[in-house]
Amino acid sequence: LRARVLIRPKEGILDPQGQTVERALPALGFDGVSNVHVGRMVELDVDDVSQVGDMCEKLLANPLIEDYEILVVER
Amino acid sequence: VKFGVVRFPGSCDEVDALLACRRSGDAELLWHGDRALKGVDAIVIPGGFSYGDYLRVGAIARFSPVMEAVSEFALSGGPVLGICNGFQVLCEAGLLPGALLPNTGLRFLCKQVDLVIENPNTPFTRVCAAGDVLSIPVKHTTGRYYAPEQALDEMEADGQVLLRYAPGQNPNGSLRDIAGVSNRQKNVFGLMPHPEHAVDPLTGSTSGGCIFESIAAHVEQLATV
Repeated sequence: LRARVLIRPKEGILDPQGQTVERALPALGFDGVSNVHVGRMVELDVDDVSQVGDMCEKLLANPLIEDYEILVVER
Repeated sequence: VKFGVVRFPGSCDEVDALLACRRSGDAELLWHGDRALKGVDAIVIPGGFSYGDYLRVGAIARFSPVMEAVSEFALSGGPVLGICNGFQVLCEAGLLPGALLPNTGLRFLCKQVDLVIENPNTPFTRVCAAGDVLSIPVKHTTGRYYAPEQALDEMEADGQVLLRYAPGQNPNGSLRDIAGVSNRQKNVFGLMPHPEHAVDPLTGSTSGGCIFESIAAHVEQLATV
């Protein structure tokens, strides 16, 4: 199975990258944009998708500062 | 006293750290793949870009064989100093509380800053006095110290904030101007500034030397007890 892990800064933690993108969009004429956050994505093929949560806790994310979301996608 | 300085693939300040340690005692390098600590009395995790800083700073280095030995050494009370990337590694390894986030300004910083000694009663600051000001360079992109508010309150109450940026000099947006923290037992210390770059008048300041002198004094005192 193909797993896709989305990792983003935890709510309430200052995200200067997201703020910078948010400020840049109106300059290009895109109005009405708020709450922009920049994170990263890890994709992996796994035999046992139930292990991915543990992988996130131990390596893929730092749960102190990041939230993660695991999606299973068609390979 | 014998210091061990860990070298990871991607470390870059290990030689300066080695030379700084040698002003206060013996020192040798420890390779990241080694499990043996060669009988050292204190360990320094130096600055750099261990394992390319892939994924997150410090995230991969914490799983190297040498870090298993360093964790055991730390849990048995041995002094461990993490500088810059070493600080990040120790946080990722759970040996220090909190985490380091990208600088608020999102830029690499390289500048001399003033630091205030907050707690002189630790193995890393014992030759200093509370309120002493050290002039030491910072050079990093990911140095914004973060821990949840409640954890910060507990750390402050416990004397775990050893170093703060002087008022108005916080370069990276660290919460509460924190530049360096220890664990609860005070035998593991991490800081973003580079004391190993401030030990020789040639580079403008020698006030970083007190960190290494403190460790040496601590180890020597233990040996005479």
